[in-house]
Formats: sequence, C-alpha cells, structure tokens
Amino acid sequence: MRNDLLVTVRLLVVLTVLCGVIYPGTVTAVARLCFPRQAEGSLVHLDGRAVGSALIAQEFRSPDYFWPRPSATMPPYNASLSGGSNDGPLSDRLRARVAGRLADLRGPAPAGAGPVPCDLVTASGSGLDPHISPASAYWQAPRVARARRVSDAAVNAAIARHIEPPQFGLLGEARVNVLELNLELNGLRDER
Amino acid sequence: MMARDWLQIGVYVVAVIGLAWPLGRFMATVLGGQAPRGPIARVLRPLERSICALAGVDEHREMNWREYARAFVVFTFGGMLVVYTLQRLQGVMPPNPARLGPVDAYLALNTAASFATNTNWQSYAGEATLSYLVQSLGLVVQQFASAAAGLAVMAAVIRGLARRTTHDLGNFWVDVTRATVHVLVPLALVLAVALVSQGVVQTWGGPVVARTLEGTRQVIARGPVASMVAIKQLGTNGGGFFGANSAHPFENPTPLSNFLEGLAILLLPAACCFCFGEMVGDRRQGWTLLAAMLAIYLGALAVTTATEIGGNPVLARMGVDQARSPLAPGGNMEGKELRNGPVLSAVWATATTAASNGSVNAMHDSFMPLGSIPLLALMQLGEVVFGGVGSGLYGMIVFVIVAVFAAGLMVGRTPEYLGKKIGIYEMKMAVVVVLLPPLLVLAGTALAVVTPAARAAMHNAGPHGFTEVLYAFSSAGNNNGSAFAGLATDTPFYNLALAAAMVLARLWAGVAVLAVAGSLAGKRRAAESAGTLPTHTPLFVAWLVAVVLIVGALAFLPVLAIGPLAEHLTLWAP
Repeated sequence: MRNDLLVTVRLLVVLTVLCGVIYPGTVTAVARLCFPRQAEGSLVHLDGRAVGSALIAQEFRSPDYFWPRPSATMPPYNASLSGGSNDGPLSDRLRARVAGRLADLRGPAPAGAGPVPCDLVTASGSGLDPHISPASAYWQAPRVARARRVSDAAVNAAIARHIEPPQFGLLGEARVNVLELNLELNGLRDER
Repeated sequence: MMARDWLQIGVYVVAVIGLAWPLGRFMATVLGGQAPRGPIARVLRPLERSICALAGVDEHREMNWREYARAFVVFTFGGMLVVYTLQRLQGVMPPNPARLGPVDAYLALNTAASFATNTNWQSYAGEATLSYLVQSLGLVVQQFASAAAGLAVMAAVIRGLARRTTHDLGNFWVDVTRATVHVLVPLALVLAVALVSQGVVQTWGGPVVARTLEGTRQVIARGPVASMVAIKQLGTNGGGFFGANSAHPFENPTPLSNFLEGLAILLLPAACCFCFGEMVGDRRQGWTLLAAMLAIYLGALAVTTATEIGGNPVLARMGVDQARSPLAPGGNMEGKELRNGPVLSAVWATATTAASNGSVNAMHDSFMPLGSIPLLALMQLGEVVFGGVGSGLYGMIVFVIVAVFAAGLMVGRTPEYLGKKIGIYEMKMAVVVVLLPPLLVLAGTALAVVTPAARAAMHNAGPHGFTEVLYAFSSAGNNNGSAFAGLATDTPFYNLALAAAMVLARLWAGVAVLAVAGSLAGKRRAAESAGTLPTHTPLFVAWLVAVVLIVGALAFLPVLAIGPLAEHLTLWAP
C-alpha cells in the first residue's frame, strides 16, 4: 500500500511533466511554426486592428449587413462564455423564441419572400457559429441590397463567391462565412 | 437523406475500422508483454524505461489481481487529489491570463472525480472557470492517465483469459506507462497538429479583444485548446476547453476537423477489440465483439439521424423551412452548428454516447425526444458499445460471460469462454458489474426528483426536465460525461451525487472485473469438445447483442417511457 502511494506520487509527477508540459509545449511550438494564423485564432485585421475572428460569429443587427444565426449566450455572441439554448424542441420557450426571431427577420426591414430557412431562426450549439447556409444568405439578399442601394444581382454574386462547398465535396454542409461576406459588402459600397 | 449523407457515414465507419485494425495489433505488442517494435517504438522505449525508473517501478514484477486492483484504485484517487488541489490553488498559480479565482470545493471535487475516472462530466464552462494551468497540468494529464489506466485494466483482464494456472496479471504501472508513451502521446501529438491546421487554437496568449464591424467590443477567449481536444477525443474523455465543447468553432472549426475528432472518438475503443483478438490468439474473437458493438451503434445511428433530419414539427407549423438540400442543412437545427448540420451532429451524438466519450458537437438537450432515446440507451447499456478506452472492452467481456452462461443454461452445458470454465464466482462478479449502472442511474435519478433543490435545476418543464436529470445520472453512472446541458448541476447536490456515481461506476466495475480475471487466470484451459459453444459465429454475435439489449431494456424501459417517450407523445396533445 505504501509502495503504491509512493509510486502513484512519483508517476503522477513524471506524467505531469510529460503530458502537461512537454506535450502541450510541443504542440504549441509546432503550431506556431506551421500554422501561426490558425493557432492564434484566425483573427481578422482591418487597418491593423482586430475586428474579430473568421471562426467566431459577431453581432450584426443593421439591415445593410447579413445577420448571423441567433446566439443563446448571455449576452448574445459572447465569445467568453459559449453555449446553446438547451431548450427542448417541443418547449414553449423555444416556440416563443423562434416566433420572436421570425418577427425580427420579417420585421421593419423585411428580407426575402418565402419561408425562412431553419438555420436563421435556431440558436447554434456554441452561440458563436460563424456560418449561415447559402439559402439563408440568399434569403437576406434583398434586404441587404435595398439598404445598401445596390442591385440584388451584385449582392447575390457576392454570396456566390463566398459559398464554401462541403469539404472535399463530401464532408459537412455548404456554408457562407458571415463576417467575410460582410467585409466584402463594405468593399462593394466603396466602389460605388 | 441525400446520397452524400450515406457516403459520409460510410466513409466514417470504414475509416474507424480501417485504422483501428493496425492500431489494435500494435497495441497488442505494446500491452502483450513483448517489447514494442518498430522505428517509433525504438525511440520511445528508452523514454518508457526512464519513466519507470523515475517512478521506482520494477518492470519485471508481476501483480496478482488484488495488487493490480489496489494500484488502480490508489492511482485514481491520487489523480483526483492532484486535480482538486490545483483547482483550489488556481488563483495564485500562473499561467492564468483571465485571472480566474479558486474553484469552490464542491465543484472542484466533482471535476476532480470526473477527470480521474475518465468521465469528464463538466458542471462548469471551461473558459470562464479554469485557468490555463489547471486545464493543462490538471485536466489534460488526467485525460492521458485515466485512459491509460483503462487500457491497463483491460490488458490485465485479457491476460486473465489468455494465461493459465497463474496468479500473474502483469504490472499496472508498466501498463499505464506503456499505454501513455507508445499509444496515447504519439496519437495525440499527430491529431493536435492536424487540428491546428484546421483552425483549432493553441496559444498561451490569453483572450483577445476585437472591435467588431458594428463597433461593439468582443472579448474572444482562447487558450491551449488543440492539445486538450486531441486527447479528450482519443482517450474517451470528452471534457472540452470551452463550455460548448466541440460545438465551439475554436475546438472544431471545419467538417474535416469534425471528421478527425469523430474518428478519434471510436478509434481506440474499436482498436481494443482487435488488440483483444490478437492477445488471446484468436482474431475471430475480437471481430465478434466489434461486430456486436457495430450492430448496436448503427441501429442507434439510424434512429437519431432520421429524427434530426426529420426536423421539428413545432417549427414546421410556424412556417420554417426545414427541408434538406445542397443549399440548406434542414432538420432540427436548434443547438447544432451549421458546418456539421443534422447528419454529422447525429453521427457524433451516437458515437460519443456509444463510446464513453461525452464530448458534443451539438447540444443534446435540443435533440428531438425520439432522437435522444438512443443517446440515453447507449450510455445505460453500461458503456459496452465501444465504451471507454479499455473499459468498454472489459465491460463487453462481462456481458460475454453473462451470454455464455445463459446459453449454457439453455443447453445444459458448463459455460466456457476461450477454454475457461465460467463458474459461480465469475457469474457473481459479472452480475455485480451488470447491475451497477441500473442501480446508480435509477437510484440517483429517483433521489434527485424527490429533492426540491435538485428539481429546481431543470431548465425545461415536464418530461423533458425529467430526461435532463435521467441523462445526467446515466452519463455519470456510466463514466460518459456528456450532458443535457440545460440542467444547472453546479450545486452541492449534483456535484456530490454525480461525483459519487462516477467514482463508484469506475472503481466498482474495474475491481470486480479484475477479480474475474484473477480467478480465470488460475484455471486451466479446457479442451474444445463438440459441446463447446463457439463464441465467434454470427449466431453468437446476435446472442450477445440480444443479451446486452435485454438486460438494458429490462432496467430502463420504464424511465425512458416517462422521459423522452412521454415527451414525444405530447406532439399530439391538444
């Protein structure tokens, strides 16, 4: 028994050095060397200042931007405390929230016609989902075009340029990165 | 479902088996007693030896089952103590760039029990609670150590079946060291770097403050994430860096990272089957266990994929478009990430509950009621459908013992497995293991629903709230660690009750199964005769699946009826 305790202490110390110091240190060193941008959080800079991360959703409320998926974090798009709504699918709370989101989307600055794609009215698991579906982007295009006084065609073309297909044509879903698309929109306006 | 969906599920299953096969054979050389071979092993062998020397371990000393079990228990409690202490002291120990204070005693105890038992239940959100030091030095180390301990106990159990007339089951300390050095660390290194290439962060630089396009301030939490995610996936740990776990884009940013992490969930548990076949000298026995596990897993996957693609009738009535197409994921997207969509979320959810991983890439609390039944069931079956690294295999061997015993009763023969006669003692221990999950899960759930403070923690009302509690105890009582995360479990009641369930589940099953191994090791190998039940046939696979499902169904159908089944029926309530 005493021997077991002694070995446990010594082995845990050695494993702590190997798995808690050397291992993460090696990963950090290789990451910094080979993938420095990704390792630091895929940050997006504008005029030398970080405006966000390409992988983390940020809030867009104004009609001339594409809106990301709803976020259930407190407050929304809180990149320091991720999480989903955890609402049961049949709960009254989810029904009320979806009704509110539908009203927002169809509200003062209505976007597209036709039914709203489901990803635009459901909160993501992390609250920080950086993507919307191509269908949701096209659905919002008329609103964005009107607010920016550009043609629907120009906005739709911007969307088409930003559609990422399933990886290798196989894995995952086709998607549009909201921050990158919105950055391009600002370019569109500047050109006019 | 689109044709691509079938293809991506198919590629996933084939990749798991295709990689698990060589890995399992390699593990058999690592744990089989011979010195591991190959160029990488030649480099790692000196490392392994120096660790043994530093820890004061005599490589050649064998242990009987009692010594082995004692080492396992002491090592587990030792790990708990370290994690507990680090959390209590985190306020004064760097690196802690977010300046987080010490963790309160109940939560620290729960987290310590959780990570030392390979469960990784999390009553906290990592980015807001734990410093970089605690995450790396405390949690990551246990994610290696607890997985290695599972592999060690498995190796001892297999030796008990393979050896004859001996008391020796190997040396726990050597097994832990070999599993860590030759299997877990190399795999984790490769996976971690691959994940960074996809965008998983790995930095000690602390949170970054961004000024968004609309001019608000966004504080973005970061950290040494990739190194933790790799081992949390490989070691059936599941405890993530961030609260949202692998739904967080910094833990799982692309479909490829999702594929690799999903692969890592099942890789080692599947490889354990091949390792087993190799070590007992009959590969068909390993294939048999894998076939039984796969059959149950694929059945569960089919149900959950169907419900999640099918979407939510409540939203359909509100006019929301949930159709699946090349331009839209469709389905029940509440709590899911767009890049994964309903299909990859269902694949992950069933894999993480089949293996006792517990990481999530979507919020299980928001799955359709029928889709959540397979998730609950896979845990409640005792984590033997793949199960934990090592522990899934020895759990399944317990069910094999029950199956050959039941079959033996039917035909009036003495039950045997791999030439070892199954006696009264083995059966008693097997029943002790098999009945433990129902005891912990049902008693724990019952206790919670009659305790007002515990009921108040429910996020959802009605049967869904009950399912949240049932899920918590199913998860902790089987060392899974995933959650219906709406339940607010950072309370003294849940922290203590779930910690107790996790420790009991891990140690009780581990010790009982070592007792079986000790008894079997002492027996001779009986010659095969015409009356021997072959345990490598499709018939035996079906029999084993039936035994696992019947034992589970007898215990859990009633609670599933008052939870998710009742909730599903409310769809037609007026």
